[in-house]
Amino acid sequence: MTTTPMLQYSGVHAHYGAIHALRGVDLNVQKGEIVTLIGANGAGKSTLMMSLFGKPAASAGKIAFQGNDITRVPTHDISRQGIALVPEGRRIFPRMTVLENLQMGSTFADPAHFDADTRRVFDMFPILEQRQLQRAGTLSGGEQQMLAIGRALMGRPQLLLLDEPSLGLAPLYIKQVFRIIRELNERDGMTILLVEQNAHHALNVAHRGYVLQHGEIVLTGTGKELLASPEVRAAYLEGSAQAHG
Amino acid sequence: MGQFIQQLINGLTLGAVYGLIALGYTMVYGIIGMINFAHGDIYMVAAIIAVTVLTLLGALGISAVPLAILITLAVVIFFTAIYGWSVERVAYRPLRKASRLAPLISAIGMSIFLQNMVQLTQGARVKPIHAMMPGGFELFTHDGFSVHLAYTQIMIISVTIILLAVFSYLITRTSFGRQQRACEQDQTMTALLGINVDRTISYTFMLGAALAAVAGVMVTVYYGVVDFSIGFVAGIKAFTAAVLGGIGSLPGAMLGGLIIGMIESFWSAYLSPEYKDVATFGILILVLMFRPSGLLGRPEVEKV
Repeated sequence: MTTTPMLQYSGVHAHYGAIHALRGVDLNVQKGEIVTLIGANGAGKSTLMMSLFGKPAASAGKIAFQGNDITRVPTHDISRQGIALVPEGRRIFPRMTVLENLQMGSTFADPAHFDADTRRVFDMFPILEQRQLQRAGTLSGGEQQMLAIGRALMGRPQLLLLDEPSLGLAPLYIKQVFRIIRELNERDGMTILLVEQNAHHALNVAHRGYVLQHGEIVLTGTGKELLASPEVRAAYLEGSAQAHG
Repeated sequence: MGQFIQQLINGLTLGAVYGLIALGYTMVYGIIGMINFAHGDIYMVAAIIAVTVLTLLGALGISAVPLAILITLAVVIFFTAIYGWSVERVAYRPLRKASRLAPLISAIGMSIFLQNMVQLTQGARVKPIHAMMPGGFELFTHDGFSVHLAYTQIMIISVTIILLAVFSYLITRTSFGRQQRACEQDQTMTALLGINVDRTISYTFMLGAALAAVAGVMVTVYYGVVDFSIGFVAGIKAFTAAVLGGIGSLPGAMLGGLIIGMIESFWSAYLSPEYKDVATFGILILVLMFRPSGLLGRPEVEKV
C-alpha cells in the first residue's frame, strides 16, 4: 500500500530521565487497523505512547500523524488533531463526577454532538449512566477503566490509543474491554493502537503487532503470526496462556 | 445586645473583604499547590490604583457615586489582573519544574518588590480619599447604644455575595471551571485532553487578582485611606482565613474569612483591640496543630 499511514514513527529515540527508553523505533499504524504493541514491563511501551504527546518528547526521529510531523507540537495541541489516549493507570479526575469526566473529554468537540456521544458511551457502559452523578474516585477499578475509555471516545478521535486497558481488571471486565475494542474498530472504523501485557488477548484482537524489547522493535507481524511465533510464545504467552485458557 | 449586633455587622464586613482575598490564595493553591505570597500585595496595588482612579474621576467632575465606583472597579480589575498575570509569568512559570521551595522564595521576592515599587513611585505616606458614601441606616437603639449599618457595609457585603455566587457558578458549572479543576487534579491528563495548562494557570492568577482588586476598591471606599504596607497584614490574615477554611476550598476561604473577621471585630470590642492580631494568628496556630486540612478542606490522603 502506498497510502500515508495514520501514524508513523521513524527512528524515534526518547529519554525518560536518565533512561534511554526508546532506541530508534520504527512503527506505523494504517487507517482502520488495530495494532498492538507488546513487551515486558519497562520495555518502553508507555513511553512510546506518551512520546506521541511529547511527554517525554522524542529526542531524535520523527512522529507523523496523517502525514504531518507532530514531533514538536505542544502536548495540548495533539489531542485536538483527533488523537485520544486512555492512559496507563486510567487517570480519571477523581473529584469530578462521571458526567464531568466525560465533559472533559469533549472539551474541544462540537457541543452539538454531546448528547449523542454521551448516549453512545452510556449504551456501551450502562453502569456509567447509573453512576453519572457520582464522584469518579468512588468507582471501582473496572468502572474507572470504562470511564477512561468513555472520556477518550467523547472527542470522536480518529486514532485511539489504549495503554494497558486490562491491567488490574477482573476477567469479566477484561473480556468486555476487548469486545469494545473490536466493536469500535469494526463498527465505527476507529484506528486503534493498543499497548498490552496481556499478549494473548491483544494479539487475538489485533490485525498487526510489534514486540518491543529494551526500547527497540524486535519483531513485527500480523496478530496470528506473532501468536504462532516461538519467541513470542516463550516470552509473553507461556503461563499467561494457561491463566486465560 | 446593641453592641453585639454592631460588632456582628462590622465583623461580617471585614470578613467579606478577607474572604475575597482568601479566594485568590485558595484558587492559586488549588491549581499549583503553592501559596502565592505576593497576593496580599496584589490587593495593595489594587487599593492604590483605586485611589488614583477615584481621585482622577473626582478631578474630572464625575461625582455620581455608583458610576464612579463602577468605573473604578472596571479599571482596577483590569490593571490588577495584568499584575496577577505578570506575577505568574515572572515569578512562577519559569520555576514550574523547580523544587517547591524555589517558587515560594520568588513569591516573597515578588511581594517585597511590589511593596517597594509602590513606596518608591507613590511615596510612603498614607493616601486618603474623600468619604464617598457617608451615612447609612440606624437600625435600632438598645440601652442607649444605636446600631448602624453603613452604606459602604451594605455595598461590601452584597458585592461579596454576588461575586461568591458568580464564582461558584463559574467553577462548578462552566467549561472553564471544569478545566480549572482538572488542572488541580492532574495537569498531565488535562494537557492530554487538549487543554492548555499554562493558560489555565494564568487565568487563575488573573481571576484571583481580580477578586483582590474588588477587595482593594471596597477597602479604599470603606476606610478612605491606604498605603503601600496594607498588603502584608491583610494578605497574611486572608491566608489564615484560607487555611482555616481549608486551603483549596472556595466555600472554605469565604467561611474562614468571615470567622477571622468576626474574631477580630469581637475581640477588639470586648477584649482588647491591641491584641486582635494575636487572636487571629493564634487561630492559625491552633488550626495548623489540630486540623491542618481546615474546616472544609479535604485530608491529604486519597484513594488511588
